[in-house]
Amino acid sequence: MSDFESLELRGVGRRFGGVDALAGLDLTIRAGEFVALLGPSGCGKSTALNCLAGLLPLTHGEIRLDGRRIDTLPPERRGFGMVFQSYALFPHLSVAKNVAFGLQMRGVPRAEIDARVRAAIDLVKLGEHAKKLPGQLSGGQQQRVAIARAVVLEPSLVLMDEPLSNLDAKLRLDMRTEIRRLHQSLGLTTIYVTHDQEEALSLADRLVVMREGRVQQVGTPDELYESPASWYVADFMGYRNILPATVVSASGGEAVVELPRVGSAGDGGVRLIGRAVGGLGAGDRARVAVRPEDFTVTGAPRVAPASTSGGGTTGDAGSVPGSVSVVEYHGREFAVGVQAGDTMLHARATTAPDVGGAVTLTAPVDRVLVFPESLDAVVVAPREVAA
Amino acid sequence: MSAVGQRPGRATASLRHRLAERGIDPTLLLLVPGLVVAVALFVYPFSYGIGLTVQPTAAMQEQWGGGALANYVAFFRDPFVFDSVWLTMRLALPAALFNVLASVPVAMVLRHRFRGKRLLTSLLVLPITLGTVLTAQGLLIFAGRQGWINRTLLELGLVDEPLKLVNNYLGVMLSLIITGFPFAFLLISSYLSGIDPSLEQAAKTLGAGWWQRFRRIVLPLLAPGLATTFVLTFVLAFSVFPSARLVGDAMGETRVMSLMAFRAFGEQNDYTMASTIALMMGAVELIVVVAVLGLRSLLYRGTTGGKG
Ligand SMILES: Nc1ncnc2c1ncn2[C@@H]1O[C@H](COP(=O)(O)OP(=O)(O)O)[C@@H](O)[C@H]1O
Ligand SMILES: [Mg+2]
Repeated sequence: MSDFESLELRGVGRRFGGVDALAGLDLTIRAGEFVALLGPSGCGKSTALNCLAGLLPLTHGEIRLDGRRIDTLPPERRGFGMVFQSYALFPHLSVAKNVAFGLQMRGVPRAEIDARVRAAIDLVKLGEHAKKLPGQLSGGQQQRVAIARAVVLEPSLVLMDEPLSNLDAKLRLDMRTEIRRLHQSLGLTTIYVTHDQEEALSLADRLVVMREGRVQQVGTPDELYESPASWYVADFMGYRNILPATVVSASGGEAVVELPRVGSAGDGGVRLIGRAVGGLGAGDRARVAVRPEDFTVTGAPRVAPASTSGGGTTGDAGSVPGSVSVVEYHGREFAVGVQAGDTMLHARATTAPDVGGAVTLTAPVDRVLVFPESLDAVVVAPREVAA
Repeated sequence: MSAVGQRPGRATASLRHRLAERGIDPTLLLLVPGLVVAVALFVYPFSYGIGLTVQPTAAMQEQWGGGALANYVAFFRDPFVFDSVWLTMRLALPAALFNVLASVPVAMVLRHRFRGKRLLTSLLVLPITLGTVLTAQGLLIFAGRQGWINRTLLELGLVDEPLKLVNNYLGVMLSLIITGFPFAFLLISSYLSGIDPSLEQAAKTLGAGWWQRFRRIVLPLLAPGLATTFVLTFVLAFSVFPSARLVGDAMGETRVMSLMAFRAFGEQNDYTMASTIALMMGAVELIVVVAVLGLRSLLYRGTTGGKG
């Protein structure tokens, strides 16, 4: 359905009263791709989407569709479909008329409108609700109308701004599958904005992680999950333990760090060995990131400190002593909160340790990531996906 | 039995409950003072006024016949009186229509953010604070025979003799627009701000140009508000009195109903005829209001998808 080869954003930026809401966005989107913009509230995701849709004029940069500049076109001439966070359904028009609106604006013949509207409404499984007003539908149904209204035009690009954020958890999962299904069955090109990394990871072919209006990293879900470029991205990718640290030594892609606020006070903190990501030197301030599922919880505290047990990617990164403070049942496994000094560490365990008991957390060296603390130094060039 | 164990001290809760079952809400008692005031200040005088209308003076009965209904006979038969209905309509309907229609584009434009918006809004709304008498005074000074407009036009040689802008239909119309427009503008602005701006954005991305967005989205959602605004400005204009007298032609083309009522009361000392005219004024207004609101009920009246 996408009738273009690639959409290019070059240095796209938008300022509001001297403050950059979006800056230097470079991105190339290929036909048929599902790209997710991921970031916390206020990081400029909606701004980026509105700039693409033409609802906000750019203050910097340009947008090209197959080399043709489109950032100067008004939104009604861009032919992109947009799904709004608030759905923005026309409250005085029935479901069918909402969906027909865009076709009528394009002067499509009556008979064709009827057929395409019916097909679109069937696609989102709202057949028996076609005559109802949006106010008479549930949130999930309204959401589906909004999607049908956007895709009935067979747009070259569909933009979705947090379309699931107003739905309850169960419905969100269903609609997620639905959106992915539509994307695949219609061969749409989709740009999807969300602050929910799970949504982004499960839907997108490629993720764009944003922070304060700037891109932090672009990559496939796999790339971002396995090798986040900064602790900020790691934080989004499920590294729940992000700890401030000081680099003791760094060489050969590994760094030894000291965690001042972990472990008992007075002994200068715990030492760990981890995989260094980005340039690090001795004495640098760093952040250590570990996923809960990468920690192994063992009962008896071990004595061997990291600095003596040595490195090697298969070796232990070291061990963190602590005491169990919370145990939550999560179905197959337990989420364990371990108090280590001032810090609460998150780990997983298959058997529930005793609350209050002393434990040791260990992790493989290549699962402990060490990042420079400063985020501004991190500029990751967008990676092209091999077509 | 339900009465067993129900001590008098516990009865209030169940009494309230029982009353509620029958649709009686004791908090409605709070309305009593308001009702008393309403009855004393409105219902009683109003009924008294109606009573007066069927007690015509002997002179009226003799002239028009009809016994107790002589005043009504006079109202419909005496062209000098009855024509005032038409004369008032001729002012109030176009004035209300103009105020509503002119407010829409102005309010649409003033929705956007731009430099000087507050100043412009204040200027548009300012006349509301002036009152009709001050407005009439201003019009006389500004647009009278010796007013600034005519002096300027004469000086520039654009006209040979002063234009007649006041003391006629035009003068009253101007005054109704000056006092009614800010009112309509404020109302319509607030109705417009109740329409979710993302609806128009959605329409844009669906390919609708500005006219289509206005025609297909904004107008239908605004229509009930337009009807309400029309009704309110119409009622305001229909009871025009000061400007009809001060900048109008009080015994001629702006001989509005309120002037006729005042004449009956003040000049002819016929309190009962004055009441009759006042009552008929209310009746005419009611007919227009019911007609407009009837049309309005045919329109979409649900949510406008916005904060409203
Ligand atoms: N119309 C506007 N005027 C001024 N500032 C704005 C406007 N829209 C957005 N911003 C600012 O731009 C930043 C990014 O906003 P937005 O793109 O809506 O974030 P997100 O969608 O990621 O939550 C925020 O700091 C916000 O305050
Ligand atoms: Mg947003």
